[in-house]
Amino acid sequence: MRRIPLGAALGLIITVLFFLAAIFAPLLAPYGMAEVVGGVWEPASDKFWLGTDNIGRDLLTRLIYGGRTTIFIATAATLVAFGVGTALGLLAAVLGGWADQALSRFVDLVMSIPALIFALVVLSVTPTTVLVLVLVMGLLESTRVFRLSRAVAVDITVMDYVEAARLRGERRTWIIFREILPNALSPLVSELGLRFIFGVLFISTLSFLGLGVQPPQADWGGIVKENKEGIVYGIPAALYPAVAIAALSISVNLVADWVLNRTSSLKGGRG
Amino acid sequence: MTQLLKIRDLKIGATVYPPGEPTRWMEIVKGVSLDLEKGKVVGLIGESGAGKSTIGLSALAYGRGGVEITGGSVDVNGRDILKIRPGALRKLRGAEVTYVAQSAAAAFNPARKLMDQVIETSLEHGRLSKSEAEARAVELFRTLGLPDPETFGKRYPHQVSGGQLQRAMTAMALCPGPDLVIFDEPTTALDVTTQIDVLAAIKTAIRETGVAAIYITHDLAVVAQVSDHIMVLRHGETVEYGETDQIINAPREEYTRALVSVRQIEHVEKGPGTEPVLKVEHITARYRGLPRDVLHDINVEVYPGQTLAVVGESGSGKSTLARVITGLLPPSEGSVTFDGRTLSSAMEGRTREDLRQVQMIYQMADTAMNPRQTVGTIIGRPLEFYFGLRGAEKKRRVKDLLEKIEMGDGFLDRYPAELSGGQKQRVCIARALAAEPQLILCDEVTSALDPLVADGILKLLLDLQKTENVAYMFITHDLATVRAIADSIAVMYQGQVVRYGPKTQVLSPPFDDYTDLLLSSVPEMELGWLEQVLNTRKMQSAGN
Repeated sequence: MRRIPLGAALGLIITVLFFLAAIFAPLLAPYGMAEVVGGVWEPASDKFWLGTDNIGRDLLTRLIYGGRTTIFIATAATLVAFGVGTALGLLAAVLGGWADQALSRFVDLVMSIPALIFALVVLSVTPTTVLVLVLVMGLLESTRVFRLSRAVAVDITVMDYVEAARLRGERRTWIIFREILPNALSPLVSELGLRFIFGVLFISTLSFLGLGVQPPQADWGGIVKENKEGIVYGIPAALYPAVAIAALSISVNLVADWVLNRTSSLKGGRG
Repeated sequence: MTQLLKIRDLKIGATVYPPGEPTRWMEIVKGVSLDLEKGKVVGLIGESGAGKSTIGLSALAYGRGGVEITGGSVDVNGRDILKIRPGALRKLRGAEVTYVAQSAAAAFNPARKLMDQVIETSLEHGRLSKSEAEARAVELFRTLGLPDPETFGKRYPHQVSGGQLQRAMTAMALCPGPDLVIFDEPTTALDVTTQIDVLAAIKTAIRETGVAAIYITHDLAVVAQVSDHIMVLRHGETVEYGETDQIINAPREEYTRALVSVRQIEHVEKGPGTEPVLKVEHITARYRGLPRDVLHDINVEVYPGQTLAVVGESGSGKSTLARVITGLLPPSEGSVTFDGRTLSSAMEGRTREDLRQVQMIYQMADTAMNPRQTVGTIIGRPLEFYFGLRGAEKKRRVKDLLEKIEMGDGFLDRYPAELSGGQKQRVCIARALAAEPQLILCDEVTSALDPLVADGILKLLLDLQKTENVAYMFITHDLATVRAIADSIAVMYQGQVVRYGPKTQVLSPPFDDYTDLLLSSVPEMELGWLEQVLNTRKMQSAGN
């Protein structure tokens, strides 16, 4: 086992901490999620480590619960995006011809509409539940994953070993999952990290605009929205979620880069 | 007698990254010494990994890709170039010492005209003015036998053939008037019929310009035609160093003798069988979007347990024929009959049994195996797929097959990246055999391998033919290989079979012009062979 480089180790630790905090939020948070426990925008103190928010809820508690919501939605959306995007992308590459054309042009069409605007339009006419949010985000993101996985797979389908498998008479599922997918994995894994972060930013943006997670449910974008007026009075409440988003983004990417380096090593050819 | 190049006790190492092991430092050249006088040519020969290119590049004080020169001295014109300043080194590279790479197609910038690239270094180093350089380039084009030397430089790289491009690169190297040129496998990627022209052109140019040269190749017969001295290398050490005549005619070392006698496998052709296992009738095929037929009215037969060799230069359609037989490219006319049944023209219409009976081995074993599957999975999959073998029974069969290809069962859990070139090709053979086919299509299976390794593969294929009674269709451009294994031969030229019959008949006179050209172009281990052949040729290669 090679040593994990410092950056990746740091990224890994922070990422794991974020996820642990998300999972064990009810145990970690000092107060109830929507409980009003103090005055408006109290400064940081022994009682409230990060102070309180615009209606007197403990900010640390909100931040932990917010992370739970944000990370859960982003993870679920990323999984949907990868499930749908990779499956269709590889299928398009293997099928080729008109099937590939139809899928690719449809994806181009969806991508030509800015994702945020598309999402705003869809969410304004559908009930804003977590399931709808995950599906809308996942499907929109899946277009990016589709493009990447198709591009990678097109290069792999022309390899002799894929031809050998076709000549053997292998089914399409074997070719996709056993011959192509393992070799397409490393760019996809690094994209996974990137897409997850875009997911976090996307859901935060939606919540900030009021179309994402609905109050009193906490999430990072929502906390910024609730506390943005405070910035004018020098109250840092709105900045904490921003710091959390940045820290999570950077650490996930450090891990993704390391995974990419490890699995795409030309010298070993295996991950 | 002026000493131009003096290499003393050269040591070169590199960091290697063996899969699954810690990275370590490995010495790739272990104390090699070499002398070269003005106007002489020394040949460096050895298999891949022998360190021959690395030694050649040391005359430019250059280490490619993480390679580091760790000891010894390299004197060019009396000064040690390993110790001079980077500025002085830049003046040396491309002016005093120049380099000709193996793949001219990859070495030229496709967006610029040949002339600009040929004279670039001369101008860069201020050796010649633009008009002088162009005049010299034209002169060199003429010496190198390029067509229309006056206007040749106005073309772009894609507008000339591979052999011409290789000669243009030689002109590029010679243009600044260097003292030393390093030729790094300049003809390896070319067809035999083209190789001979390039070889002759290089030889003429060397003689006329009086330049000294290091000629790197893995083909002893080729180097024997151009060099005065030969150094045989193995594992980074000098095996034997002497005059060309002595190396070829009186080799002292065992390894050199093996190189000299390579490809002398004796194979007595079998008489034609009764019923052919494969019958290709009136096949005409073209690729979609291309205006002309790639194959035209091909008729050949393969008999059970025998080998049909399909010979021709690149572009002659021999690999396309294999694609038609496998059903990857449905022909526009004609039929493929296997074992008395007419096969569906497209792969999709064939039964699993049809597919099992015809297996394929590829030229590049590297890309023919999934890098993320172990040897056990690669060989085991056909067993599982065609015969439904599972678990212990499958494992036993895989071990049998590994035994057959002369590899132990220690390879079961290895990945392709952990194998040598020859071992990779062996695993591909085992994968084909696993299906227990009646016919194996071998597409240039030895051409990417070193001569001695290739020999081993050919012997293995012959042995397996005896024990498994499998028929081969062997696609190759190498006539030495054909002599070694074929029972019958089809010579292809521009999409047609120009000569077809039993081996002895095809290889005996009277020849048609193309077969004659092909046969005479195979380098022979003999001094003066090149001149002799050039004087008696009837036609030129299509790629020339």
